[in-house]
Amino acid sequence: MFYRETGQFKSKYKEELAAFPLAEDKVGIAILLVIAYVFIPIFGIPGLSFEFTMGAIMIPVFIFTITTLGLNILLGFAGQISLGTGAFMGVGAYSCYKIMTIFPDLNIIICVILSGLVTAIVGMIFGLPSLKIKGFYLIVATLAAQFFLEWAFIRVAWLYNYNDSGGIEGTNKEMFGLIVSGPQSDALTRYFIVLTLLVLLTWLASNVIRGRIGRSWMMIRDMDIAAELIGVRPLTAKLSAFAFSSFYIGISGALMVFFWLGAAEVESFDVSHSFTYLFMVIIGGLGSITGSYMGAALVWVIPVLIKEIGKTAFGFDAFVMENFSIIFLGVAIVVILIVEPHGLARLWQITKQKLRLWPFPY
Amino acid sequence: MKKLLIGAVMALGTVFSSVSLSFADELLVPTMSYRVGPYAANGTMIANGFTDYFMMLNERDGGIGGVKVKAEECETGYKAQVGVECYESYRGKNALVHTPNSTGITLQILQKAPEDEVPILTMGYGLSAAAKGETFPWAFNYPASYWSQMTSILSYIDSQTGLKGKKIGFLYLDVGYGREPIPVLEELGPKMGFETLLVPVAGKEMQNQSSHWLTIRKEKPDWVIMWGWGAMNPTAIKEAAKTRFPLDRFIGNWWSGAHVDTEALGSKAKGYLASSFTTTGTDFPAIQDMIKYVVKPGKSKTEMGMPGKVLYNRAMFNAVIIAEAITVAQKMTGKKNVTGADVRLGLENIKLDEARLKELGLEGFTAPVIGSCADHESGGSIFVQQWDGSDWKRITGLIPPMTDVVQPLLTAAAEKYVSDKSGWTTQKCN
Repeated sequence: MFYRETGQFKSKYKEELAAFPLAEDKVGIAILLVIAYVFIPIFGIPGLSFEFTMGAIMIPVFIFTITTLGLNILLGFAGQISLGTGAFMGVGAYSCYKIMTIFPDLNIIICVILSGLVTAIVGMIFGLPSLKIKGFYLIVATLAAQFFLEWAFIRVAWLYNYNDSGGIEGTNKEMFGLIVSGPQSDALTRYFIVLTLLVLLTWLASNVIRGRIGRSWMMIRDMDIAAELIGVRPLTAKLSAFAFSSFYIGISGALMVFFWLGAAEVESFDVSHSFTYLFMVIIGGLGSITGSYMGAALVWVIPVLIKEIGKTAFGFDAFVMENFSIIFLGVAIVVILIVEPHGLARLWQITKQKLRLWPFPY
Repeated sequence: MKKLLIGAVMALGTVFSSVSLSFADELLVPTMSYRVGPYAANGTMIANGFTDYFMMLNERDGGIGGVKVKAEECETGYKAQVGVECYESYRGKNALVHTPNSTGITLQILQKAPEDEVPILTMGYGLSAAAKGETFPWAFNYPASYWSQMTSILSYIDSQTGLKGKKIGFLYLDVGYGREPIPVLEELGPKMGFETLLVPVAGKEMQNQSSHWLTIRKEKPDWVIMWGWGAMNPTAIKEAAKTRFPLDRFIGNWWSGAHVDTEALGSKAKGYLASSFTTTGTDFPAIQDMIKYVVKPGKSKTEMGMPGKVLYNRAMFNAVIIAEAITVAQKMTGKKNVTGADVRLGLENIKLDEARLKELGLEGFTAPVIGSCADHESGGSIFVQQWDGSDWKRITGLIPPMTDVVQPLLTAAAEKYVSDKSGWTTQKCN
């Protein structure tokens, strides 16, 4: 009833190829943007404190959505499996830290984007084995990247400017007279910056994926020999996927440290985080941008909310809730994968199909 | 369908609105505990000792100055990132002081403390340079920093066998915590004429140290100092015994000498040394009160055997410092419901001397802790304890740190820390 394309005729190819060909989708996206840009900054999430909403839910979810988008490009669209996501985020964070300390007056957004480019180069280097190997063997190669980079973050003291603590820390950074990063920055400012970057990166990803490059990735994913036969060069396709994906992951790593945590050490980039990001992609749905949003939100928000509600509303002990949230997340992953192996994105698609017929399923 | 939806929304609403309920007239003391994860055995003891003391104060004295204390745990699993989430969740809730219980978490929230005006007390861990009160107004590391501790340990070794011409092995967990004292070794090595052998143990290799002990066997250091945590400690002691390294030449720092580290090994660990700043045992009136009011009636999660053990007693002392700081703050401001900023003043003006310790039922428990605006570390004297096969026994008197060595290092480190931070809050002390 509410979601029906009947009567929406297209008279130009351009309209047919638009990202959101249906009026309902356009309205939906507009509503979501209004909620993100106006409603949440003013009201927060009802019932939760504003600081908690920003610092523990909204900002991390947006940052992890960028990570998930990046990993989804590699895994879902180009079919190359990577277990080095955590370390690539580390590359973004450490390179942003180095750039910031070498050029203290550089705008922090430029730092973040540059660090994304550095990560893209590193990602391409570690993506080279993908030209020769596939599947499980590639997993091992990316795992090696993970361990090598973790080692480098500890051993190469130059990366953290020889700090005694061995970690990297953000400082106050101004932009247009407003402190945008560092301990004195307002959560709301950081929220808007992260949100805007997320929107821009999503727009970029959706267009690249629907274009020539994205199609070559999908051809490589579906059948690399056939793709090669019809003229897709595996070298450029695979390496561009690695570069593009690492660019996103690097940006999210830099954002994580300088717009959310404030400081980090190697522990924030270890292999268990790589698995978490992989879960986000798989639960959200491989090869789906909407899925990246849903996966990141589900995997991140549910444990946080369970802990907070259990603690404050029911008075459970913190460690009981921690164990409970670990169990709950594990069970949720298994159930979702059994009920819908294609992830939340597929569920959303099915819902949309049902909505077309509802309430008269004829 | 519609009714169901409305019902669901209403149910959700009640849950959320009860979430935001807060209680006035309570002293909120959050602590970041870790009862799950790889370090849970240690974390459980620490969390119990900390919360039991406040529970005892509530039962015995009706809180502090007549106001009940709410010691609230936030589970971190000893992960820095989760610790930051914990910290964020206490913003705007009038937390009085933060107890991160992890050097990694401390480093990440250190910069935020001045903005939120909640002090951070890192008792026996955290950034050594935080001892400089002028540079770090909001951070405290009573009763001693890692650097002070390292010099005390070296003094002890010097008093036993002399340091000149000796080779000292340094076995450490390869994270911020373990690397923290290396500058002291680098500084003192040439001065006191000993050679240092660094043996880092990566977190993943904690329970498999055969290669590290092979190095130690090959290099034959005269002493081995350990900065370990969790499963690393018993593994190291076991390996030391296996490679026949003399255990009375093997000395752990205060986080490497607890009952959880040696109990399972029993007599195999006999002779192993560790530094400490809190005495074990239950022969103190304060601990007796905790058993009487809290543990025996079953009000806490503590089992009967726990009080008196190293980590339990130490965490209790952490709570003692906070309780004392709150008391001082209440006296100084005349308010009952103090704020984080008041407690910061309380921490600076803390005076736990012999007389006050006796009053609190902790005579001879530890070295006096007397703070000031400039000194956020206090004396920093420690002692050495030894595992006799079934319990830890204190074997030395108080060993003061080499202040002349540590202070310049602390000053330099504090300057370095703030050198690239714009808008860092400092204070002037007279």
